[in-house]
Amino acid sequence: MFLFTVRFKLIAVGVILLLLFAGCGNGNSGQSGSLGSGQDLESVAKARGLTPADLVAAAKTYMPTGKYDEYLMFASGGHSGQLLVIGVPSMRLLKVVGVYTPEPWQGWGFSKDTKKVLAEGNPRGQELSWGDTHHPALSETGGNYDGEFVFINDKANARVAVIDLKDFETKQIVKNPLSYSDHGGTFVTPNTEYVIEGSQYAMPWSGQYASIEKYKEKYRGMVTLWKFDRKKGRIIPEQSFAMELPPYWQDLTDAGKLVSEGWIFINSFNTEMSTGGVEDGNPPFEAGASQRDMDYLHVINLKKAEAAYKAGKTKKINGFPVITLATTVKEKILHFVPEPKSPHGVDVTPDGNFLVISGKLDPHVTIFNFTKIKQAIENEKFAGKDDYGIPILGFDDVLEKQVELGLGPLHTQFDPNGFAYTSLFLESKVARWTLGGPWAEKHKKQPWALVDKVSIHYNVGHIAMAEGDNVEPDGKYLVSLNKWAIDRFSNVGPLLPQNFQLVDVSDPDGPMQLLYDMPIGIGEPHYAQIIKADKIKAWDVYPEVGWDPATQSKSKNAIQAGKEKIKRSGKKVEIWMSAVRSHYTPERVQVKRGDKVIWHITNIERAKDATHGFCIPHYNINLSIEPGETQTIEFVAKKAGVFPFYCTEFCSALHLEMAGYFLVKP
Amino acid sequence: MSMRELDYILGPRVPKELLLKERNRFMIPTILLIIAASFLLISIFLPFWELELQAPQYPQGLHVKLYINKVAGDINEIDSLNHYIGMRSLTEAAPLERSLSIFMIVGIALLTFASVYIHNPLAFLLSIPAIFFPAIFLGDLFFWMYSFGTNLDPHAPLSNSVKPFVPPLLGEGYVGQFKTIAYWDIGLFMSIGASILILIGLYFHRKAYKPLIDSYFRANP
Repeated sequence: MFLFTVRFKLIAVGVILLLLFAGCGNGNSGQSGSLGSGQDLESVAKARGLTPADLVAAAKTYMPTGKYDEYLMFASGGHSGQLLVIGVPSMRLLKVVGVYTPEPWQGWGFSKDTKKVLAEGNPRGQELSWGDTHHPALSETGGNYDGEFVFINDKANARVAVIDLKDFETKQIVKNPLSYSDHGGTFVTPNTEYVIEGSQYAMPWSGQYASIEKYKEKYRGMVTLWKFDRKKGRIIPEQSFAMELPPYWQDLTDAGKLVSEGWIFINSFNTEMSTGGVEDGNPPFEAGASQRDMDYLHVINLKKAEAAYKAGKTKKINGFPVITLATTVKEKILHFVPEPKSPHGVDVTPDGNFLVISGKLDPHVTIFNFTKIKQAIENEKFAGKDDYGIPILGFDDVLEKQVELGLGPLHTQFDPNGFAYTSLFLESKVARWTLGGPWAEKHKKQPWALVDKVSIHYNVGHIAMAEGDNVEPDGKYLVSLNKWAIDRFSNVGPLLPQNFQLVDVSDPDGPMQLLYDMPIGIGEPHYAQIIKADKIKAWDVYPEVGWDPATQSKSKNAIQAGKEKIKRSGKKVEIWMSAVRSHYTPERVQVKRGDKVIWHITNIERAKDATHGFCIPHYNINLSIEPGETQTIEFVAKKAGVFPFYCTEFCSALHLEMAGYFLVKP
Repeated sequence: MSMRELDYILGPRVPKELLLKERNRFMIPTILLIIAASFLLISIFLPFWELELQAPQYPQGLHVKLYINKVAGDINEIDSLNHYIGMRSLTEAAPLERSLSIFMIVGIALLTFASVYIHNPLAFLLSIPAIFFPAIFLGDLFFWMYSFGTNLDPHAPLSNSVKPFVPPLLGEGYVGQFKTIAYWDIGLFMSIGASILILIGLYFHRKAYKPLIDSYFRANP
């Protein structure tokens, strides 16, 4: 009876919530607030087997038609090579932005300009058609996301991409000149002066060979500081530099902020410098790299590194300026802090004063105090040096606290109330714990203590919170980026989707509530960042007819209606075509086999969403030409025949008629 | 031209003593006519007529705003839709009217303004264009809507499914999936206001100056 009453009360709360929501939506959603006949909440819940908690979760995540999410999540698309844009709290997928992999819907990798961007990242002439995107980094101003750009790395090939959030298109890909893989990227400094890219697997410099026996002498790690020019919206490689690091496997990175602004922190593992070789009876990497009790947190003084670079104290490697280990030691740029073995995430608290290290193989998070680190460096109070002469600070000199959270801590994010949240991979849980020091004022609980855990499903990697790595975090929502889904979704065969789980963390005194599962069926995402949606000021349509997204300015090949033309000179045919509902002008294009075809198409529409596609069969061409956009394709008409081209974006009632003939005379 | 001929055209001048004594009698028509003339001048900058097109795929609707010398609003989008039914571009409508309209309306306003200084029935004549201006505007608008709506290109893609039509000058109409709603806008209301003010002004004008004219003719038979 008691249970029944509780349940009834909760249902009543649910009904009121739903009615409130419906009431809000009445104004302009186009949906009436009334429930259909015989469709009261209780009977729907009963028929679908929903608990009162489910109903509350539904009310917290349901987005009526025409309503927008409060937050946007930019998530790595994992080995799809793309970037995902997801609404929070509805967990609706809004866009898959083409980055490292050709993407036909957006014409990404088909037009001349987008092919060029993709080719910028080709290492040593090798065409790449995928990437392993890991860590998106939104551009920041004053340590908070500003919504202008997002960067993302490709771990597999050590590349960094720049995406402009005015049109959500990738503008640039830079290839790291030193390394083949990266993991400590992308992270930005508090005003996006630099985009940080740290390596993962130590190796001889790009393009060189060295026997594995020469591991200690010839294999190296690195961190690259890519200079970002906000006005141009581009990384400027000519103003960028790198630092040589010992051949430990550098892992995650974070940039200092506020008190620690001007510093960079990088975790590492395999300070054992194990070289594998399980086939020869050596310990496999997984064991060899886990022998020592401590690995090294790299503490880099960016101001000193920048000064050394600007003073020319660098060595050109593959044409790229690198601060060598010797210079690093001499200029006192790098110091090590011992950290419990095989750590993963290093996360700086919003005030910049604490560094949270997740142990991976240690049930604790270890918190270092930046002020103590700075003091130890200033006083040159060292506990020793590593094989490369890098000074090591004393663990106890810089330690603030260790907090036991559970098994397999990986990554930490923060809320505005002095709580930290850490993913526990092995436990499949997320822990909420209290920060100490000045943060104790905010939560009024015992500092540096575990508060609560919430179960997730399953094997959480990163977690992302609303602006959770900013100077001013929002809290509210946490998304658990789970590696395994196991039984969460309908069976779609042996390759399962990943599972993004939304958790409500808005009540600092109450429990964390799991709200919703979102399957990701495109790759295995790693990190994500969640930004307040109203910070994004994207265009509805391109600002002018004839816009070139590659330069974000008017294209010289823009064409007005009525000015379309075809120009032939020798074996070159150049076409300036317009696209509008529901026709292309011209509709017939005739060339001779072997002609070089340069085809510019301008979508002269000004209406929002009036995108046109353009495909030519058997020529592997498909474009997306958004309102106002001009795109160019270039190819040699190698195959003779008659090729019907058409609009691939259902644009209008006469969309099927939006077609033409490309005639290639033998 | 003798003083007498000028007086004949402009009407009798008001003796200063009388003007001071019966200030309102002469000020009321003057003020009403000046306000009417300024309404017309201000209306140059304001929309006269607006057409809203509503359809499911245009949640904000599409809008055409008609000014005395231009059309504004979602012209590109409406033109690109209109090509399906074979309607000419809105930018081709009323070229002569649009190029002359500012001079015309300034002229009409000046004539009205001039009628302040003319103290005989000629003032009525000068105000006639202003009085009829709103009607002329609506008449011309109807002419062009009729011309556009009934001269559709027979080879247009949808010429079979959309019959020639004329949207109403005011209120609702339907074409295809669109509901059209025509509004009269502030400029048109100001010009109608000007007509009314002129009519009232002329009534007081007559009341003010008729006795003067009568006495003038009695004195100079």
